[in-house]
Amino acid sequence: MALDAVFREQWGRVLATLVGILGDIELAEEAAAEAFAIAAERWPRDGEPSNPTRWLITTARNRAVDRLRRQRVLAAKTRLLARDLEADAPASVFEGAVMDHSAAIPDERLELIFTCCHPALALDAQVALTLRTLGGLSTDEIALAFLIPFETMSKRLTRAKHKIRDAGIPFAVPAGHQLPDRLAAVLAVVYLIFNQGWGGGRVDLAAEAIHLGRALATLMPDEGEVLALLALMLLHDARRAARLRDGEVVLLDDQDRTLWDGPQIAEGRELLDRAMTRQSGGIANADASPSLANERSFSRNPARPYLVQAAIADLHLQQPRDWRQIAALYGTLARLTGSPIVEMNRAIAVAEIDGPAAGLDILDRLDLEHYRYFHSTRAQLLRRAGRESEAQRAYRQALDLAQTEPEQRFLRQQLNPGHGLPKAVADED
Amino acid sequence: MRYALLIYNTENDPDRASRDIPGTVVEMLDEPFVDGWARLHAAESATTLHRGGLLTDGPFVESKEYLAGLIVIEAENLDAALAVAQQVHGSRPSGAIEVRPVLDGRFRGA
Repeated sequence: MALDAVFREQWGRVLATLVGILGDIELAEEAAAEAFAIAAERWPRDGEPSNPTRWLITTARNRAVDRLRRQRVLAAKTRLLARDLEADAPASVFEGAVMDHSAAIPDERLELIFTCCHPALALDAQVALTLRTLGGLSTDEIALAFLIPFETMSKRLTRAKHKIRDAGIPFAVPAGHQLPDRLAAVLAVVYLIFNQGWGGGRVDLAAEAIHLGRALATLMPDEGEVLALLALMLLHDARRAARLRDGEVVLLDDQDRTLWDGPQIAEGRELLDRAMTRQSGGIANADASPSLANERSFSRNPARPYLVQAAIADLHLQQPRDWRQIAALYGTLARLTGSPIVEMNRAIAVAEIDGPAAGLDILDRLDLEHYRYFHSTRAQLLRRAGRESEAQRAYRQALDLAQTEPEQRFLRQQLNPGHGLPKAVADED
Repeated sequence: MRYALLIYNTENDPDRASRDIPGTVVEMLDEPFVDGWARLHAAESATTLHRGGLLTDGPFVESKEYLAGLIVIEAENLDAALAVAQQVHGSRPSGAIEVRPVLDGRFRGA
């Protein structure tokens, strides 16, 4: 494996363990960066160690100890290390674990992600910190991905790390009664990163989000919503290559299915099946049929928005699409989330079943004047209902709000008659 | 009479934690008329608990509200402190509670 890839793979794991030992994210980051720099110099020359994770953690830890000894603030700054040195032990408890090759290094990435996604931190700070600490992205890359100046992002990260330290945000997986809410916050951060990636920035955030999702699924293999979120992201992302053709938006029904990532869809479906057999609290739901993607199987455990969304993503991949099931699941999701955007998607499904007028009835009840896909969706249903002048007006409103070049070109084509009947832009989101 | 002296800073001062309290102030803090004192971490370390349990990052900044009191607690971490704040907040009809870590201080019983 290329050195870059090893580092990217190892960063979150190494950093999490160091935060656990040193009790401070900034200190851990410095130590980890030092260890990775030493590795970059030595590994090409001496060969990669048999256990790169162990090597990196041990090296970083030793560097941190040296530095702290020099600074003579050891006792104040460290938990475990201070205790060991007071006892004058030649090898710390932790060092013993590291040197003993039969013992596992504790994987503390879960602790780290719950710290980074703590509700006492602003959401934008949670997102940036998660990408930095677990994703191993540089401050530069994160700034680029969110289209904000480097200085602003750098300050945001520093402030978040100081708040964690000064306010005493715990480095721990929350207790049982807090876990559902706190896990929801973690999943929201990962999904937000994924959706930012869909927009097509210069940094591949969708891949980062999937990477984080995989780590979570490994660490919490019995949490249904964790598995469902990963399934959802994989199923969406599998169509990535088919969504644009020569820079033009391609609607789902017109996409070249040979460009879809088959193995990734299979993996997503397998995860979806596993998610359905698990309740959110990690208790297996023995009598739920794993492949039954209907509304009834969700009513047992209502607060599972990612499971519903993953099931919808799966249904959208099937041909012909089962609009009744899709409409029913959007209905479930709308009740769970109260989101008007979900209602809009239900309207599209209902229009497929009962005709455009039925879909427009739903749209007319929604307050989504500022949402660009609302106008394109409405325009398309109006056109199908034969209300062409209203359709033209709605397409113009959509064009005013369109954010990307391909979207604008697509909408201009729709405004220009003679291009055939369009399908919905947003019926997959 | 007892009085609370509420001390304000004009701007963010990130180096406070590593700086000593000025000598004259230290002397005064040891006077018998000082019941207790606390130096707080900067405003950006604050977390505010609002009605309905909503948390926001940062200090409480509504101008219509006034400072009504303060409680100094010992807690294992921010989660434990927020749980106590939640308890206090639950019985109040309005307002908010800002939870701010204490940098250093001296406290004694009433």
